[in-house]
Amino acid sequence: MIQIYFALALLALGLIVGSLLERAHYARIKKRERAFRDFPAMSLRQIPNAHEVSRASMRMGSVVISVDYFKRFAAGLKKLFGGEIHSYSSLLDRARREALLRLKDNCKDADLLVNLRFETCTLSNGANSNIGSVEVVAYGTAVWYRNDQREDLPPPVPTATRF
Amino acid sequence: MIVTNTETVPGMHMVKHFGLVQGSTIRAKNIGRDFMAGMKNLVGGELKGYTELLQESRDEALRRLIEQAQELGANAVVNLRFSTSSVAAGAAEILCYGTAVQVIQPPPT
Repeated sequence: MIQIYFALALLALGLIVGSLLERAHYARIKKRERAFRDFPAMSLRQIPNAHEVSRASMRMGSVVISVDYFKRFAAGLKKLFGGEIHSYSSLLDRARREALLRLKDNCKDADLLVNLRFETCTLSNGANSNIGSVEVVAYGTAVWYRNDQREDLPPPVPTATRF
Repeated sequence: MIVTNTETVPGMHMVKHFGLVQGSTIRAKNIGRDFMAGMKNLVGGELKGYTELLQESRDEALRRLIEQAQELGANAVVNLRFSTSSVAAGAAEILCYGTAVQVIQPPPT
């Protein structure tokens, strides 16, 4: 009996604290994404216009995030029925956005980020592991334009398509 | 050493090509023994210890790649890729590979 109460307590803890933490994390992500609205990151492999480049260097950002106890339990149930497992899609979404933001933090003074790539790896030791965590690395090439050309050329992408 | 993950180094001319260079490191992940990570797993969120651990291993792999490129006489590595594979339960290999090249500043036009 005590074991059932213990498991229920863990589930409740995961549900309450986990969703609070997730909401706070999403709020932080959105705030930082707004701050980076004018710094485009793109998966194009070449620089999209005729800017002359003074410097280019690879940068990366990474994060390891795990799901809470309740979501892991819910995902286990959902596996019986199939369909989208929302608890894991929000985990990966958070991890990717956080990794991209850290990458941008690492090259704040650059003018453009090209050839953005994501690499994901799971840290759990197989299916029966009780740890559901994922690592995401975002990496890309940061590009600095030559100073004398920054002003007189149009922005690399039209403002409407920036994020 | 200039490292990029594009095919060329923007703003530079490629003059010589040295072929593939790589760097790798294998780390034991130690999941489950790490008490703090286990606690953090109840409520979810970032596992800072593991973020740092993997960041360090990736830096180490990158350092080995750059060393190898320097030995060849290259001054840049282009088209860099990262890749992760698990070699055994609980251990992961972090590999980075790229093409070592020599680049020069283009002559002023």
